[in-house]
Amino acid sequence: MPDTTAKTAFWAGARNGAPFILMAAPFALVYGVLAVEAGLTLAQTMGFSVLVIAGASQFAALQMMVDNAAVALVLLAALAVNLRMAMYSAAMVPHIGPAPLWHRALVAYLLFDQTYIASVARYDDGPQMTVGQKVAYYFGVATPITPLWIICSLIGASVGATIPDSWAMDFALPLFFTALVAPMLKSLPHVVAAGVSVAVALVLSGLPSGFGLIVAALCAMLAGALVEQWTETRA
Amino acid sequence: MTYSAGQIWLIIALLGAGTFAIRFSFLGLIGDRPLPPFVLRVLRFTPVAVLPGMVAPLILWPPATDGAFDPVRFACGVVTLAVGIWSRSFYIAVAAGAVTLYGGLLIV
Repeated sequence: MPDTTAKTAFWAGARNGAPFILMAAPFALVYGVLAVEAGLTLAQTMGFSVLVIAGASQFAALQMMVDNAAVALVLLAALAVNLRMAMYSAAMVPHIGPAPLWHRALVAYLLFDQTYIASVARYDDGPQMTVGQKVAYYFGVATPITPLWIICSLIGASVGATIPDSWAMDFALPLFFTALVAPMLKSLPHVVAAGVSVAVALVLSGLPSGFGLIVAALCAMLAGALVEQWTETRA
Repeated sequence: MTYSAGQIWLIIALLGAGTFAIRFSFLGLIGDRPLPPFVLRVLRFTPVAVLPGMVAPLILWPPATDGAFDPVRFACGVVTLAVGIWSRSFYIAVAAGAVTLYGGLLIV
């Protein structure tokens, strides 16, 4: 009875995805608040949350737009933040590759850090899962987090204008991004990449908005990859 | 922000399409063909390459103080980073940073 097992997989995914709302809800609330404070309309704020639906890149785009960076640079910086998802996409292929195209398109739309991490961990634990069960599990993980992301963006955008300056919401983005990156600094190449990114961005901060960051990110990616390759060939 | 509504919607549309293209890349179009190992290696470093460079100037020269160094915001950044590295947890790092920020703003 493939129907029942898919249903079981879906609910297992939903249970395992539920804790992610702890991170997504405040992140989306703050995004909504900052977006309207930056000058976006409610529709534009929600446009980002529904069409882009990728928190870190929405914050990145917002930051570049507050700096009045050129449209191309806003896009470059925000898309650079999302490039890691190409890796996630590649990692899903061995599991979901045989599913129908529209399933894969929906999986792609919902490919967040959380859905990727939770699903790939489950697939590695349960190699006997069928493709249908894997897809059902994945949609289960995405089910609590996705509507919540959109609703909390809306709430944040609706109350945003009423939040006083003393709450220091201006610092939410540096706080969130630092907290996101710090746990990733677990190997020398990652530390080098982050250090190069900071150093180059600070040195080039006088350039027109956004240029310095793009150059810094390219240098940092290359530095991280080269150091990693170097440490591996020495090992 | 000095963009026209049209420019903002252009950013939203292109960022949405671009992000979907990245997510759909292997699942939909490239399929099972493997990428060159060095490309995969470089891609792995994108979050750690982009976010620190974006955040560092905001921590050192916060817009809220018109770019003047602010000991409270700087301390918040340092504490968040240190606690995040030590705890390996986003939540604990955010909590520690928020306590530092609000505690510092109350005292100063």
